Order: sequence, then structure tokens, then C-alpha cells
Amino acid sequence: MEIFNHDSNIHFLGMRKYTIAIAIFLMVSSIALIATKGLNYGLDFTGGVSVVADYADSVEISGVRSALEKGGIHNAMVQSLGGTREVSIRMQTKDIPGAADVGGKVNLERVAANVAKILQASRPDAKLKNPDFISAEVGAELRSDGTVAAVFVILGIMAYLWIRFERRFAIAAVATEVHDVLVTLGILALVQREFDMTVLASVLAVIGYSINDKVVVFDRIRELFRLARKAEPEEILNRSINNTLSRTIITSLFTAITMGALYFFGGPAVHGFAVTMLIGIVVGTLSSIFVASPILLWLGVSKKDLMPVTKENPELARRP
Amino acid sequence: MSDFPRWKYALVALVMLFGVIYALPNAFVPLPAVQVTANRDAPPIDQSVQQKAMAALAEKHIAVNNVVVEGDHLLATFPNSDVQKSGADVIKSALGDGYTVAFKLQSNVPAWLRAIGARSMPLGLDLQGGVHFLMQVDQNDAIDKQENSYADDIRTLLRQKNIRYESVTRNTVREQGIAVVLRSAADRSTAADAIANEYTDLNVANGANTGDRFVLNVVIKPEKLRDLSRSAITQNLGTLRNRINALGVSEPLIQQQGESRIVVELAGVQDPTEAKKLIGAVATLQYRPGIGQAGDARAQEAARTGSIPPDANLYRMRGSNLPVLVSKQIIVTGNQLVDASSGIDQQSGTPKVDVTLNAAGAKKMGDFTNANVGKPMAVVYVEQVYETKIVDGKEVRVPKITETVINDASIASPFSRQFQTTGLGSPKEASDLALLLKGGALAAPMDIVAEGVIGASLGQDNIDKGFKAVMLGLALVLLAAAVYYKLFGLVADIALFFNLVILLAVMSLIGVTLTMPGVAGIVLTLGMAIDANVLICERIREELRNGSTPHASIRAGYEKAWSTILDANVTHLIAALALTTMGSGAIKGFGVTLMIGILTSLFTSVTLTHAFTALIHGHRKLKTLSV
Repeated sequence: MEIFNHDSNIHFLGMRKYTIAIAIFLMVSSIALIATKGLNYGLDFTGGVSVVADYADSVEISGVRSALEKGGIHNAMVQSLGGTREVSIRMQTKDIPGAADVGGKVNLERVAANVAKILQASRPDAKLKNPDFISAEVGAELRSDGTVAAVFVILGIMAYLWIRFERRFAIAAVATEVHDVLVTLGILALVQREFDMTVLASVLAVIGYSINDKVVVFDRIRELFRLARKAEPEEILNRSINNTLSRTIITSLFTAITMGALYFFGGPAVHGFAVTMLIGIVVGTLSSIFVASPILLWLGVSKKDLMPVTKENPELARRP
Repeated sequence: MSDFPRWKYALVALVMLFGVIYALPNAFVPLPAVQVTANRDAPPIDQSVQQKAMAALAEKHIAVNNVVVEGDHLLATFPNSDVQKSGADVIKSALGDGYTVAFKLQSNVPAWLRAIGARSMPLGLDLQGGVHFLMQVDQNDAIDKQENSYADDIRTLLRQKNIRYESVTRNTVREQGIAVVLRSAADRSTAADAIANEYTDLNVANGANTGDRFVLNVVIKPEKLRDLSRSAITQNLGTLRNRINALGVSEPLIQQQGESRIVVELAGVQDPTEAKKLIGAVATLQYRPGIGQAGDARAQEAARTGSIPPDANLYRMRGSNLPVLVSKQIIVTGNQLVDASSGIDQQSGTPKVDVTLNAAGAKKMGDFTNANVGKPMAVVYVEQVYETKIVDGKEVRVPKITETVINDASIASPFSRQFQTTGLGSPKEASDLALLLKGGALAAPMDIVAEGVIGASLGQDNIDKGFKAVMLGLALVLLAAAVYYKLFGLVADIALFFNLVILLAVMSLIGVTLTMPGVAGIVLTLGMAIDANVLICERIREELRNGSTPHASIRAGYEKAWSTILDANVTHLIAALALTTMGSGAIKGFGVTLMIGILTSLFTSVTLTHAFTALIHGHRKLKTLSV
């Protein structure tokens, strides 16, 4: 079975002015979105309030969770404590209706009273105790770790591509990579999806996914340059994209199928992960086709940069 | 015609076998169990304790699978976790206070699998729950310590500056500061200047004079006090992280709660009593000048009459229990060391702890040992434990500090930075102490105020949903590959299945904690692993289109795709490696999963599929390929 015409010859590079313009526009608006709206950090990052709810009779965790949802408290962590009558609830203060004072300060007693009201709406035997603030599970160190990790990835991938390919490929790959991550984050900021640890892991996985995609195209570019007798760069790049098009889309589809299953049927625990990955797959696939190669062309890639270094034959040198 | 060497077939078969065997333990669900250990002064676990527990369980009609004595502890396994909870209550009340009763998940893996090191993956807090500790940090202790150390420092300062003083005493009421009594008004003002210059965190004020007693009140500034309480918590959080990492628990939750409390949650802990001992333990070493020998006339005299010299403490020697006098002056404490490791002393064959001091500690130690060759030096082991007492009908937990001398020997030659301490009871004690010393000191003692078992943070419904989605996603990809690439797609499906098996095997072997995001990571790895097969299949199709024969197409397809697959996977590997350098456990675990997945997929997608392809097509004449 084949979906794609293997002789396809779409002139992707002919659209490069528009595609690059769109890419730049997306990047700039992503930066603006992240700067103005910001990411909607989750409990892992912000900390919040923890309370213990005591029930006279045994209670289901899912029941507690749906009661909280009904009262407007989303994304709360609910855990049973020892038996079946006590549960611990952790939530962000911004989720609790009417928790903050006028000055933005959070009043623990009011939090407890409001949460108690919400829980008692479905189970009148609920009693709240031990309201307390909890710190962020991951603090500032994670953010600096994240930066270090990102720099490490960029340098590592650049070094590898520089050695295996050539300088221009390294630059084009990293530039596109930055684009992909920024746009993914930008979309997350736009829809204000909760940004927790799982989503952070997913964003970092997008880097891995999208570099994979670019390298496949680059590999074909290198191969075609080496094979071609007359190598017009624009023609070679275009043929490489077309040749790998079927693979690019099939792989994206296969990965998207698994993530789609997680998104639609996986429940809230993997929702954030799957949706971030799906965004990343779409952005990464499009940028492999429309962004990476135009950058490469502008950087001026040519056949002689890619020929394997041949040792000079001393036999030849000796001949007159 | 087959271009696939025989040794590669053997390798593929071996790796597949390895994967199946080491992934197998995950199929055995661990049993809920209750573990009983004897406290230090209770009679050890034996048959009688076992019978007592069994009788108590039988009396209450609680179903129990098995009650056995295993080494120094008793283990009772139960059919499910509800029975486990009530079983623990019954055993606790039957055995009384001398024993610690804790929940445990007992591995159900057959012995032959365990013998070859195969074990199941521990499950994270979100999937299985774990143990929960709430600890109260005693910030007052940090303030006490700081005030005491300022009092010592002021004494030294006044001595250095040749200012004669009558006394430097800390007020018994906390935060009331230190009273310095001097002999003249002139002395007082020089002392005030000296102290204020040297210690900017102190407020110095003149107090009331009585006759020739000129009093100077020294108080720690309020902002410094606030800093102290805050940093006590921060330091304790850091120390806890170090200690828990040393325990090897992955993905713990360590969080500050309120002003002075810390929450710790550990998933998949095999031995909760051990975890508790290490988390809450406040044990350290103090190096102090000794006075005489252990058990000599002076020490015996002091022990009998109770009249101890003012500058000394009377302790007992560990083991021999002989009285020994030790100076109150502390040369170096455990806070000043940078490294500690345990081992066995070559000469005496007893357990030892090797200690490396920081620069300040090394200087003090060097100065002291240089000046005191031939004189004794004592090593005091300080341990703080909490005891539950009944006061006015209420349970109150009070700290109890025990100090014993583990070593009191003459200084043979000066030493400073690195040295060893012997006299510990057992290698276990030595390694525990080394762990505690290395993990850093707790800035303030902590008391576990609440502990318990917590359920999975996700809830069973979400766990079920997650696993179902994973299965569905995988099934869809398998189906899509088979439809799109026909026979080659089916081979890729076999590879994908074994990729999952081998990935699980490696993860179990190195003990990666499985969490829901981790499961998502596994699915992602598998979704991307098929990329290599897509590359190979597309290449083979291309070769066929270019008019190559089927066999040549297969060979060329694998050869040409390999360089692409390698480049793509190495760059992906670099990205995954970066994830593992992140500090947070959850992300680290995800990165490790991704990394192992990339490596296993390189093998299964290329070598394994090649073996199967060669097996299917190798000896036949082919006109067409099903790709």
C-alpha cells in the first residue's frame, strides 16, 4: 500500500520566502505569548495548599476528585491516607474560589472553609483538618537545570552534526530546533494548558523527536550531493525533501497514532504529555519540510563541502 | 543465498531470550505484607514472636497467607491490601511497643528468577503509593546551637584580645542572648567594640551594673534569627534529599509544608523501618580532648560521687561501659567534614569510618594534634532519638540525646585533613554513620510527627485508563505497519514487540521506577522506534522501483538506511542524555527510559528485523517482495 506518489516533486523551496516568514512570525508571536500570558505552571512548580479531609464513612478517591471538579478545583492531587476514610488533597491556591484576600494573600482558614463547603456539597460527612501551605516540589534549581540541559543538547547536537555533516547543517538544525520548541511552548501559553513536570518532559522529548526528523532529510541531502554530477543546491534540497516526504509523514503518523490514543483515552494523567507531544509532532514535521532546508540553502550549502575528504594519491603526484 | 552471518542469528536469539527472562518478573504482582522488626532493647524476633502473631491473627479471623521469620525480622503476607491494614493493627497490639510494625510489598518473583538478578520494576507514587512521613523541624535547636557557638566564640575572642572577663553565659531563655560579665567599664567598652566588629550579626548593649560586675548583653539580630530558622529548613531539605538518594529510592517527594514541617513520600520502599531510621536520624561525631584514660581512678571517682570537673563531661565507653571523662571543648564536629566512607581497619580488623575534613576543620584538628601528641583524644558518638512519653494523659514525643564515647586513644602523631575513626560496633553501623555524615548534618533535629501508607496518587480508574490507552495505541501502530508495509510490516511488528520486552527487561534490571509519565515515555519510544523500519522499508521500495532484484534491494535497503538511522538515533540520544542530567527524578526517569529505548530500538529495528527478513527470504528465489 502506498499513500504518497513516489515521484512527487513539489517545489517546496519555491515557497521559502513565505514559509520562513511564517516561521519567523510564529516564533515572534510565541515569544510574545510566553512573555505576556506566560505558562500556566502546575502544582509541581508553584506549590499550594494541602488539606486532609476526614469522612465518617469510607469514600472513593474518584468521588472526592469529581466533587472538587464540580466545585471548580481542577488538577488537585487526591491520595488516600492509610485507610479509606481519610484523604489528602493538594491543590494550587489560584484554583480555589475565593481563597485570596484583596491584597493577594491567601487565608488558610478561608481556604479550608471553601474546600469544606465544596466537599460537603456531595458528602455532608466530610470534615477538613490541617490546612497548610506546601512548597513547590521542584524549585528554581529545576529551571536552571532545564537551561543547562537545553544548552547541553544544542552544543551536543551541533558538535555531532558539524563532525558528521558540515557546519551549515549544524546551524540549520539548531535554528529549526529552537523554532520548534518556542512554537510548542507558545501554543501551550496560548491555550493556557497546565504546565507541569510531565509537560516539561514532553517538551524536552519534542527536541529529540524533531532533530530525528531533520537529520533524515539532511542525510538524504548529503547523499544526493555526493551522487549528483551537476549539483544545483536548490534542486538537490528539493529532491531530498520529496524523496523523504513519504517517510517523514508516515513516521509522524505512526507516532501521532500512539499519542492520539493517549490523548483521547488515556485519562488526565497523560493528557498533558500527549497533547504537548502532538503539538510537537505537527510543528516538527512541518519545520522539517518547510523551514530547515531553506535555512540550509541560505547558508550556502554546496557539493564541494560534502565530498568525502580523499587522500591524495602519492602515486599520482609522482607521475610527471 | 543469505548474507546474514550465523553468529548474528545466535546473538539475536540470545538477546530475545534475555529480554523475555528479565522482563518476566514484572508479570508477578507483589504481595501486600507486614514486616515486624525488634527495637534495640526488645527481645529479638524468634519462633515465640511468630506464634504470638499467628495466634492473634487467628483469633481475629484475619486471612493470612504466610507468617515467617526471615533473618532479624518477621514477615506476614496477606491476600490483599485491606486485610494487610487490619492485620498490621492486630499484630501491633499483640506484640506491644518493643516492635516496629511496618507495611511492605513482598516480591512474589520465583526464587530461580531472583537468583539470576531478575526483579520487577518498582512502581512510582502515582501508580502504587508508598509511605508518607510528616516531620516537624525543631528550629529552636538551631537557634540554641547558634547561641552556644556565639558564646564559645566570644570567650575565644576576649581571650585573644586579652580582655579579662568574669563570665560569658547564655541566658537560659531562648533568644534572650548571652550575658558577658566584665570587671571594669573600660573593659566593657573595648569588649563591646571587639564583639560588634567581629560579629556583625549580633546586637551589643550595656546591661545593669552591680558593684564591680559590668554586664554586656549580646543578642542575635532578629533578621539573623529569621534567617536561621529559614535556613534550618532549607538545609534539612537538602540533607534529606541526599540521604534519600543514598537509599536508592527514585522519584521521592520531598516538600516543605507550612513554616516548619517537611513532607517525605517514598515509593516502592522495600524496608520502611530502615528508611525511617535514616531519614529521621540525627547522629554525628564530635572530636574532643580526653581527660585521662577510660576507667581510670579519676573517672571511676567521678562516676561514683557524681562530682564531675566543671570543664568536663562524664560519658560511658561503647562496649566496655567504663566511665570516661571528656573535655567540654569540641575540636571538630561532623558538620565540618566533606567526605566519609566506611571500611574495615586493616590492622585491627574492626569497622572504621574514614573521614575527610574541610579546610577550617583540618586547621583546627592540625593545631590541636600538633600541640597534644601523646595526650588522649576522645570520639563522641552523639545520637538523638525521639521517645513517646505519656504526660498528663497525652502522648508527647520528647527528644533524648545519647552520647557515648566510641574511641579514646592517645594521639600518636599529628594529623589534620584525613584520618580514620574506629570503635564502631559493626560494619553496618559504620556504613550507616558514614552515610549520615556524608549526607550532611541536619541543621536542626526533626521528629516524625505522622507516618502512614498512602494510596496511589492517580486513582485506579486513571491507571486503568492509561494502560488501556497504551495498549490501544500500540495495537493501532502494529496494525498500521502491517497494512502499509505488509510482510515487512509484520516483521517490524515482531521487532516492536521485542523492543518493548527488552526495554522492560533493561529497565527492571537497573531498577527504574515506573510512573505514568514513564509509561507514556515507553509508548513514545515505541512509536518512534518504528521510524527505523519505515526508513528501511521506504529504501527497499525505492530500490525495487529503480529496478534492483529483490535480494539486492533488501541488502541495499538495509545498507543505505543504516547511516541515516545511526545519525538520527545518535542525535536523538544526545537529546535524551540531556534529560537525564536534570535534577528532578521524574524527568530523569523519563530520560533514562528514552535512552534505553533508543539503544534497544537500534538493535531490534535493524539487527532483529534483518535476521527475520533473512530467515524468510534468504533461501528462496524471489520475484517480488511484500513490502
